[in-house]
Amino acid sequence: MSVEVRLPTLLRPHVGGNSSLEVEGNTVGQVIDQMVSIYPDLEGQIITPNGDLHKFINIYLNDDDIRYLDKLDTKLNAGDTISILPAVAGGL
Amino acid sequence: MLLLPPNFTKEIIAYCLDGLPNEACGLLAGKQVDNKAILEEDDSSEITLHWYPTRNDAASAKVYTVNPLDYMKADRDAESKGMQIIGVFHSHTHTDPYPSPTDVAQAPDPNWHYVLVSLKYEIAAVRSYRIKEGKISEEIIVSQNSYNY
Repeated sequence: MSVEVRLPTLLRPHVGGNSSLEVEGNTVGQVIDQMVSIYPDLEGQIITPNGDLHKFINIYLNDDDIRYLDKLDTKLNAGDTISILPAVAGGL
Repeated sequence: MLLLPPNFTKEIIAYCLDGLPNEACGLLAGKQVDNKAILEEDDSSEITLHWYPTRNDAASAKVYTVNPLDYMKADRDAESKGMQIIGVFHSHTHTDPYPSPTDVAQAPDPNWHYVLVSLKYEIAAVRSYRIKEGKISEEIIVSQNSYNY
């Protein structure tokens, strides 16, 4: 199925400047893999070489952080929206 | 250069004071403009039109973590209004308004504006920086009295 993936400004240059994409996949991981196959510049930006979600990236499925669902194995339903966001932090 | 509405600085200082004793944080939203009369030759081609308060998940006087759900909601709201997130601000409760090594190491986007609000002194200080490849450069803040956007 196809879902909407919303991208942060940081990643948009890697996907032709698009702020969102329609991507095929049955799980979040499949969608990310599909995006990377279409836009190879995304390689390593979201998923680590070990296959884990990058620690400085948050992915939301609708209003839920996938770290509290089934992570990259989280299943998708028609009409879902995936939001990819950089972690924003700092301090002393 | 960071272009801000005239009340913006006052608002975020008040917001950061409300967040004491912890650091406060929020996001800046704006849009691209094409106004060569006010823009310098650098890459500052946005004007700030709105700011979003976000929870500091670190709940600390020394560090901040923007609540990702607040970020997502701000991002969606900004997009729905033809804007995008163009930067982040946070307070330094006991230090000067200059990016710390942690701020630099964790700066998420080289195109963002990084605004610091120092509450160290009796009079709050607000500064804005660009952080690219670990290099910090301060930018001027221009308060625009009126926008036609």
